[in-house]
Amino acid sequence: MYHYDSYDRALVQARVEQFRDQVSRRLSGALSEEEFLPLRLQNGVYLQRHAYMLRVAIPYGTLASDQLRTLARIADEYDRGYGHFTTRQNIQFNWVELEQVPDILQVLANSDMHAIQTSGNCVRNITTEAFAGVAGDELIDPRPLAEIMRQWSTVNPEFLFLPRKFKIAISSSDSDRAAVRSHDIGLYLYRGESGEMLLKVMVGGGLGRTPILNETVREGLPWQHLLTYVEAVLRVYNRYGRRDNKYKARIKILVKALGVETFAKEVEREWEQIRDGVAELTNEEYDRVARGFAPPAYERIDALDPEYGAWLARDAAFAVWAQNNTQAHKVPGYASVVLSTKPGAAAPPGDVTGEQMRTVADLADKYGFGEIRVAHEQNLVLPDIRKRDLYLLWKALQANNLATPNVGLLSDVISCPGGDYCSLASTRSLPVARAIQQRFDDLDFLHDLGGLSLNISGCVNACGHHHIGNIGILGVDKKGEEFFQITIGGSQGKESAIGKVLGRAFRAEEVPEAIDRLLSVYLNYRELEERFVDTVRRIGLEPFKEGVYRQNDNLNDGQKGDQQSQQNPVKAEVSA
Amino acid sequence: MNNTLGMIDGVATHLVDDDWVLVDDEQERATGGKAILSLERWKKRVLVEGEETDSCGVLLGPDDELEEVFPWIDRIPLIALQFPSFRDGRAYSQANLLRTRYKFKGDLRAVGDVLRDQLALMRHCGFSSFVVREDKSVADALKGLEGFDLIYAGSAANPEPLFRRRGPGS
Repeated sequence: MYHYDSYDRALVQARVEQFRDQVSRRLSGALSEEEFLPLRLQNGVYLQRHAYMLRVAIPYGTLASDQLRTLARIADEYDRGYGHFTTRQNIQFNWVELEQVPDILQVLANSDMHAIQTSGNCVRNITTEAFAGVAGDELIDPRPLAEIMRQWSTVNPEFLFLPRKFKIAISSSDSDRAAVRSHDIGLYLYRGESGEMLLKVMVGGGLGRTPILNETVREGLPWQHLLTYVEAVLRVYNRYGRRDNKYKARIKILVKALGVETFAKEVEREWEQIRDGVAELTNEEYDRVARGFAPPAYERIDALDPEYGAWLARDAAFAVWAQNNTQAHKVPGYASVVLSTKPGAAAPPGDVTGEQMRTVADLADKYGFGEIRVAHEQNLVLPDIRKRDLYLLWKALQANNLATPNVGLLSDVISCPGGDYCSLASTRSLPVARAIQQRFDDLDFLHDLGGLSLNISGCVNACGHHHIGNIGILGVDKKGEEFFQITIGGSQGKESAIGKVLGRAFRAEEVPEAIDRLLSVYLNYRELEERFVDTVRRIGLEPFKEGVYRQNDNLNDGQKGDQQSQQNPVKAEVSA
Repeated sequence: MNNTLGMIDGVATHLVDDDWVLVDDEQERATGGKAILSLERWKKRVLVEGEETDSCGVLLGPDDELEEVFPWIDRIPLIALQFPSFRDGRAYSQANLLRTRYKFKGDLRAVGDVLRDQLALMRHCGFSSFVVREDKSVADALKGLEGFDLIYAGSAANPEPLFRRRGPGS
């Protein structure tokens, strides 16, 4: 992975001192809360319902084992013993004291980490997929360009007060696992006919209130122009994006208002002015950064390990886990392992304890090359594990509740922290996640269902990415009561789609039953091994509507009117 | 006492003698001193009435297109860009363009909601003077222009991005 040099270290160190001073000026009253707000946001500090939350940047989701130990230390010393991994491959600490944040940032800086621009109306953490550099279906390693963008966007003085937040993702695999199409800028890296690296630039995606997939603005952009092109997009946005209405301020609204062609022309016009300037990337810079991502010293081993094969045959539970929670590696004899942070009702999605973090760090050292990834789905990944070590690794993970074989299945729920923590949330998403995981905890059934993503957001800000879940759940507040709207048919990756609303919203306790009925419809109509989302695409919404909203039925009452539903409280467990 | 900071030979300084005055369109002409005017009024004074350009600067709003000042860019001694709120970042782009694309050589001034914690960013984007919000201490604001100020990207103030300046093997 990339290692900080003296410049990187000096910058992060100076930032700690700067924020320490800003915090003390806030505490003394020299800075008003209004003046302090964007400063703390750009250092990752949110004010939540009960406490301050600190979001630490994990650039493109890559951690060294010692960095993970540092996060464990922060969880134990400054928080309540755990952290929450997010869909942007970052980690959040939910119970920190503002006074202690500068000390935490110092601890991070000592491990070459920071919380810069993890929030605020600026360019956020650059993301890519968790299997970057190791995936079997990868075209080019996207991490060097991701790191180059991280550096360029860090404290870029022109773009720290944009109309709204700005998210960039880059991917270079056949199945896009970085959800690039739902980003403000999505980049797809590929090779041209003579092997040169090219970029497809897509602009104007985003979830939130107005879910939109981004559109292609440029194809075949030589990689040397990455920074100038992104700069041109940001400059057009900074100057012409709306600032009068927070909900219309994302770049997607500007792209829609101008039309993608006019927008693209504006960008090209701006880019023509700067394209051949000093910001054009050089081979030397690419090589310098790429050296940090050189492949580790893989052993030359056979693709098939007899011992691994024997354990697969001997231990059915191991075989299920290996089948489900490992990913093809580009090097023979190796696999990438996904550690599920969704053991079911026992822990909220993405929550990992300090103790678990230390264990994972130790396992990364013992069986891997000391590297850990954070996946967009809020799981952890050990990218380089010899197949022959999988069995022992699995045993160790089991002992730490990190081996639930549900990656990519219904109970691998993606969820925001919701109203239990977040002050923006209008509903509590975690209890709904828990109820669903409780209801659907039969692993055989989940495996029969096959690949199915379920995403929950506690409010329209859509941090749980419900729009692109095969099943999406959105919490809405109606006159002080929590309701949950279900969408189906959303997906990420190459076939990205925004889910469609099924119908009236449900009360929290009705959601598991509604999901159960959705699944019944699916199983009735399913052809062979067809995935849920494919069935939805094939047969459309109607059969699902009919199956879920039956006549004269409990679930039908929930929304007739608040008054009525209060008089006829709906029983949760219709058929457990 | 004014609240204007400026760069003198690369050193941030309180410009005690600064005598530029913002004059809005309704206001009568200030007597003596130097006036920062809307572009329309500037054109009338300088181009029609033939006043010396030395004492007339131009104020641009965040929506204003820069092409409009370009024909006279060499005759304008000072351009003031407005921050209606310190969270409104449009003037950063305007400043950068005025310096790098329109080659403005005069004093580029930040006015409006101008606060200590953004001054270094403004300087990077090409601002050379800063009228700090009047309820704030100018001595305190000066600290915003001191100390560590390294960034990766190139800027109007330091056009070479860091990757072109890093030594080999750094």
